[in-house]
Amino acid sequence: MTTPSTEFTADAAAALPGPAWMQQRRADALARFEARALPTEAEEVWRYSRIDELDLSAYRPVVAREAPTGLPAAVTAVADAAGPRSGLLVMRDGRLSHAELRDDLSAKGVVLGSLLQAAPDEGAEVLGAVAGAPDAFVELATAFLGEAAFVRVPSKVELDAPLVVVHWLDTDGGAVFPRTLVQVGESSQAGVIEVAASDDVAGLAAPVVELDVGDAANLAYLGLQQLGSRVWQVAYQASRVGRDASLRSFTAALGGGYARLRTDSRLAGQGGSTQLMAAFFGAGDQMHDFRTLQDHDAPRTTSDLLFKGAVRDRARSVYSGLIRIRHGAHGSNAFQTNRNLVLSEGAHADSVPNLEIEENDVRCSHASTVGPIDEEQRYYLESRGVPPAAADRLIVGGFFGDILDRAPAPGVRARLRQAVNDRLESD
Amino acid sequence: MTPAREAGGDRGAPAREAGGDRGAPAREAGGDRGAPAREAGADQGSVLSVVGLRAGVPEREILEGIDLELRSGEVHAVMGPNGSGKSTLAHVLMGRPGIRVTAGGVSLDGIDLLALPTWKRAQAGLFLLPQYPTEVPGVSLDDALGEALTAAGRDRAEVPELVAAEASRIGFDPRFLDRPLNVDLSGGEKKRNETVQLGVLGPRFAVLDEVDSGLDIDALRAVARRIEAATTESNLGVLAITHYTRLLHVLRADAVHVLVRGSIVASGGPELAEELEQTGYAPYGVDERGT
Repeated sequence: MTTPSTEFTADAAAALPGPAWMQQRRADALARFEARALPTEAEEVWRYSRIDELDLSAYRPVVAREAPTGLPAAVTAVADAAGPRSGLLVMRDGRLSHAELRDDLSAKGVVLGSLLQAAPDEGAEVLGAVAGAPDAFVELATAFLGEAAFVRVPSKVELDAPLVVVHWLDTDGGAVFPRTLVQVGESSQAGVIEVAASDDVAGLAAPVVELDVGDAANLAYLGLQQLGSRVWQVAYQASRVGRDASLRSFTAALGGGYARLRTDSRLAGQGGSTQLMAAFFGAGDQMHDFRTLQDHDAPRTTSDLLFKGAVRDRARSVYSGLIRIRHGAHGSNAFQTNRNLVLSEGAHADSVPNLEIEENDVRCSHASTVGPIDEEQRYYLESRGVPPAAADRLIVGGFFGDILDRAPAPGVRARLRQAVNDRLESD
Repeated sequence: MTPAREAGGDRGAPAREAGGDRGAPAREAGGDRGAPAREAGADQGSVLSVVGLRAGVPEREILEGIDLELRSGEVHAVMGPNGSGKSTLAHVLMGRPGIRVTAGGVSLDGIDLLALPTWKRAQAGLFLLPQYPTEVPGVSLDDALGEALTAAGRDRAEVPELVAAEASRIGFDPRFLDRPLNVDLSGGEKKRNETVQLGVLGPRFAVLDEVDSGLDIDALRAVARRIEAATTESNLGVLAITHYTRLLHVLRADAVHVLVRGSIVASGGPELAEELEQTGYAPYGVDERGT
């Protein structure tokens, strides 16, 4: 594995490959990053986080020009777990390592590859178009962007199996900036499964995912976060949902040490809808930190959010979400539900739902719960002769069951159920 | 003598005499119910014994000394007005968290039930059909019964077939069987669901807590008939806790006990239930509000 030896400097950024526009973007982003301080827990969007514990100097950007080639068995296992697929793209330490796409889809104009190779010229317009640069980590991610995974499904193409993107972290002590850009053209249908995983390394990952769902298009996105326990993640997922389009996004987070995901979904076209779901389960000293924004920016748009998580041992979780109905987004519906199970006395979950509504003719609701396993449910099952440990396993499995059943890739559901079970029963 | 009585007699305490002690005639055992009683010797019969039981919540005592003895195949009704302690009695037997026993004991064939956690009481042969069955989101009937059977050393692979057979016996629509436990079920469907579980688990004693509340007459009849059948088919002993007598029109009681303010104030035969239907609880010093 590469030993990183560089710091977050302009020279390091300049050593990264790419056309002139990319070099300029990196330099500009780095300048803005250096001009703004790292966030602190004093800021509302970082409240309850562990950001004050981050020591950036403990990590070095991975600047090797070439990604390791070949697919480690662990990567293959991760990719195969997703089931039948239309194509596979493997990025290692933010660099293209492997790409395959079914021939019939290539012929239809589907793209699965590196942005800088597949669309070197128009890349300038695609990169950052949905995400913008909401915080210092997104600036840093652009400043040290190696290559971006690029998925394009042209108009009026329907995929019958998902495209799989694997981001694999190899380097101990490395800071990596995986970027994924997904464009689904007008009236198309696609599924994307993205897996973030790592060797047992200490590392920092600041992934940025941009989902652009064209008018009347339909995207099902499944993100599986199974990073090692010594990896810090500060992730940002931004989506733009067009007119009469539909996004279904599901995140399953089991890994990471401190793992944050900010999810912003902007309903930019009339009649669009977004469904945001997440299932997370932290153990040991893990912390899962979710911030969400359901941003209604067009009339008659719908958003439906369901985040469910559990914490055990000393693990912590945060859910903080905002529904924003902008002026003009009349006739919109927005729902937000966060439910948390606290399975150990030393574990803790925070839940902070919020609404910001600038229109009258809207329907919004939010609900959140934090609590231990329901004593009545356990007593009921025990009264049937079910031992307490089995009762807890049933109840926790049932708690996650309804959300896991909604994971867009049916082949992944059973594995997620098993993963939840393993997490519950591990020592 | 019927085999059921012989079974009781084998233990040196004939069922008839047990009933007679309370001034209630024992049922004409299995034969009266139109189904042959289990062969004596195959099942020696069991005894659920409640002695001097005092219990309540930490703030106050609710049960002020309950004595009951229930044998296999018998149906005892415990009737009482609201607030008399009926549900507390049901749940103290099953070991609900939050109910504290201050004196007395409960045993099943000599096993001290109060010393056991709830799940072991169930494994010892006790079943509670609660007034308000708890919803357990995401947990299927098959999975719950599978765990219960596994813990009992039975084969969980039997569950689907047993469940299907029990559902069919009580006219429970199979499509409800796939729903999470008690979620999106009507009152009657919940009680049928509970009765399916009772049939699959095959307990020695069932405590029915207001089984007649919240269900229509068809469901009540189906549930009561199934439990009645179990008293002969599997020699089930039943403690039917109820406010009203309508349950007892299908599930016929061998003995009736009147529970008022935490104490059993009268015991008798089925005629006592009929009296209560006429007079209400007023003769026991209870007004219409149940106080």
